[in-house]
This record gives sequence, C-alpha cells and structure tokens, in this order.
Amino acid sequence: MDGMHDVGGMAGFGSIPIEDNEPVFHGDWEGKSFAMVLLSFSWRKWNLDQTRSSHEQLTPQQYLSLSYYERLITGLADRAIKAGLVTTDEIRAGHASAVPEQFAMPLTRKAVPAFIKAPRNYLRPNTIAPAYRVGDRICTVTDSPDSHTRLPRYARGRSGTIILYHGCNVFADSNADGNENPQHLYAVRFSGSELWGQQGNPRDSVTLDLYEPYLRHA
Amino acid sequence: MDRHDHTREGGSPSHSLLPSEPALRVKAIETILLEKGLIDAAAVDAIIDQFENRIGPKVGAALIAKAWTDASFKTALLKNGAAALASLGISGIGAEQVIAVENTDSVHNVVVCTLCSCYPWAVLGLPPTWYKSEAYRSRVVREPRKVLAEFGLDLPQDVEVRVWDSTSEMRFLVVPQRPKGTEDMSEEQLASLVSRDCMVGTAVPHL
Repeated sequence: MDGMHDVGGMAGFGSIPIEDNEPVFHGDWEGKSFAMVLLSFSWRKWNLDQTRSSHEQLTPQQYLSLSYYERLITGLADRAIKAGLVTTDEIRAGHASAVPEQFAMPLTRKAVPAFIKAPRNYLRPNTIAPAYRVGDRICTVTDSPDSHTRLPRYARGRSGTIILYHGCNVFADSNADGNENPQHLYAVRFSGSELWGQQGNPRDSVTLDLYEPYLRHA
Repeated sequence: MDRHDHTREGGSPSHSLLPSEPALRVKAIETILLEKGLIDAAAVDAIIDQFENRIGPKVGAALIAKAWTDASFKTALLKNGAAALASLGISGIGAEQVIAVENTDSVHNVVVCTLCSCYPWAVLGLPPTWYKSEAYRSRVVREPRKVLAEFGLDLPQDVEVRVWDSTSEMRFLVVPQRPKGTEDMSEEQLASLVSRDCMVGTAVPHL
C-alpha cells in the first residue's frame, strides 16, 4: 500500500533526532504500549504482517501526528476491533462493557521469558526451485497494490543484482491476509545512481530483501 | 450509496475515538484489555523489565568482542548469523534469521528499515527514537554519507557505503572493525567499546 509509512527517499523530514543517553521507554505509557502489543501476539488473532498492515492503514495525517508508541497502541485497538475482541463503543468509553468468553488464559508473568525467547522462524521448506541465482541481474516490478507489500516505492522498476539467497520465506504480502504462501527471498543490491540518478553516489548501494514475485529477469 | 464510504476513506477506526493524550490513550486500551481478562498486568510489567534491563546492546557487544578475539567464531557469525547466535544461547525475536555484515577498510555498512522499524531486538534490544524516525528512514537510503556525518561519522570518499533496508524478517547486524591498539584488551574490555550505534552502522568503535 502506497501509504505514509513508505518514506524511503522522501525529502523534508529534517535532521536526525539523536537523543543522548536515551532511555528504552520515555515514560510508563511507552513501555505499556509496547508490552501490550507484544502480549497480543499470544492471542494468535493476527500475525506480524497484519500488525504492520494495520499501521499502514493510518491516513498520512494520522501517521505523522502519532509517535511510534502511539501508532503501536492505536494499531492494537484497530486490530482488536477488526477481530471482534473490542467494540468501538468500548474504545469510546475506555471500559469493557462485556467480558468475552475467554479463548485462552492471558499470558502470565512466569511465561514471559519463554515467550520472548521462543523462535519465530519465517523459513519454510522449498517446494519449487528458486528462479534466480546469486549474481543474476533482475528488475523489480512496478506493482502498486492497495494492500500490504514490502517492496518500497523507491525500489520499484529498478535494476539490481542478487547478492544473497535467503531461502523460502513466508510471503509478507500474502501473510497480511493470513496466508503464508511461502516465496523465495533474495537480497538484491541496487547502486546509488540506479536509485537516485545523478543525486545518487555510484560507489554506494542499498540492499533490500525481496520476494521472488517482486522480481523479473533484467 | 452512503456518501461516507469509510472503507474508501481508510484510516484508523479507533484513532478519533481514543483520547489524544498518549498516556490516556494507552490507559484506555490497558483498562479494556484488563477488564476483559485478555492481559495480565504482571505480564505487562515483566515484558517492560525484559526490554529495559535484560535484552539490549550489551548482548550484541559481547558477540562482537567474541568475533574480534575468536577467528573461527567470526567466520561462523559471518557465514550463518542465526546459528552463531544460537551457539551462544541467544534466541528469540530477531535472532532467527540474522545476517552479520562486516565493515572493512573499504566497506562501511549501515542498517535501516524504511517501511517500519525492523531491528534485531534479541541482540540490540529496542531501537532508539532516531532509528524509528521518518528523517532517518527517508534519508539514509538516499544520502547515507550526509546522515552518517550527522552522527559524527565522516567516511572517506573511497569507502563504499552499503545500506541494508530490512524489508523482510531477515535482521542485519554490523560487525565493526576492531580498533587499532586494542591487542592486549580482554573480551570484556573490547565489548565496552562496542556501542549500539556501532552495530547499526552509524558509528565506529574508538579506543
């Protein structure tokens, strides 16, 4: 989705907001926002790409008006509404009006370390041979789906070189619809001048991880 | 047809219903989820404790110091980051599919996630605000040298800058160069030279 989140290459955001001795969380609410979003994965109602997708649904005005942890908590509320766990009336009231039949016990304090340490691997067995090999020249597609995708605008319709093969991975675009649809994944390197023309440095490069459906033979 | 077609308008269904003050916004959701029995308040505190006190860049710094002092470990780390992490008992969010990229005299690596804020949590903890900022995400792919200069890192023109945009579940960790004059230092002393920014690529370690 060509949303506000896809900022790569945009101008106008100014200098980098570097904060010396930055705390992990600025205040309790940031930590709580993060913790609740992380715990919500234990409900198994949505995956990581569905989470990202809900942030991408924010309008540009909403996206830019919210800080990172505000986006997290707002996205959690949106997903909870969509999944039928919470109603808009409850969000408005700031209280639960009905306690749902629990689909699971909430994750306990004791279970937190194992929950964090648990492997989350997106590699899947190969079913079809990869179409490309390391060293191949490729061109990216110019598709502009209304839905979740991990091919940023700045790297569409560009020529690059495959430098690594990452195996067959859960395909983000499909996973946002709850379907893993695994695809081969490659690291593809683009030169600065290919991406930015005369403003790019030909010596420098940007490497992106791209799923096979994003690629065509150059 | 309804003139206000909300599907076409898009946006967040809850944004305008929630309090605008961030702390109150979070409190509203927390209250609802606690009342519904969907979360346990002690588990929320435990997650915060894990990321404030246990999981952070010290994990990554120890890893880099080990790579600097143990050539076979460094080879293993560069060959298969996830397996090398697993051999040290490091697992969890962002540790399963790790690519370690090495800085040399001629190559400097720097990591970003332009689309969101993907970051190797298991080895670096949670990212700082600047990593999540639109300024960093928009600019580092386009003008990496200017961005690095803002961090105080001026790279010679003949050094190649490689930016890694984390667009999948692979996570990138920069292996910085070991500073000269550290030959007699212990692994622990070496680890103290490796800051978070050194492993993202916006700084290099110094004595």
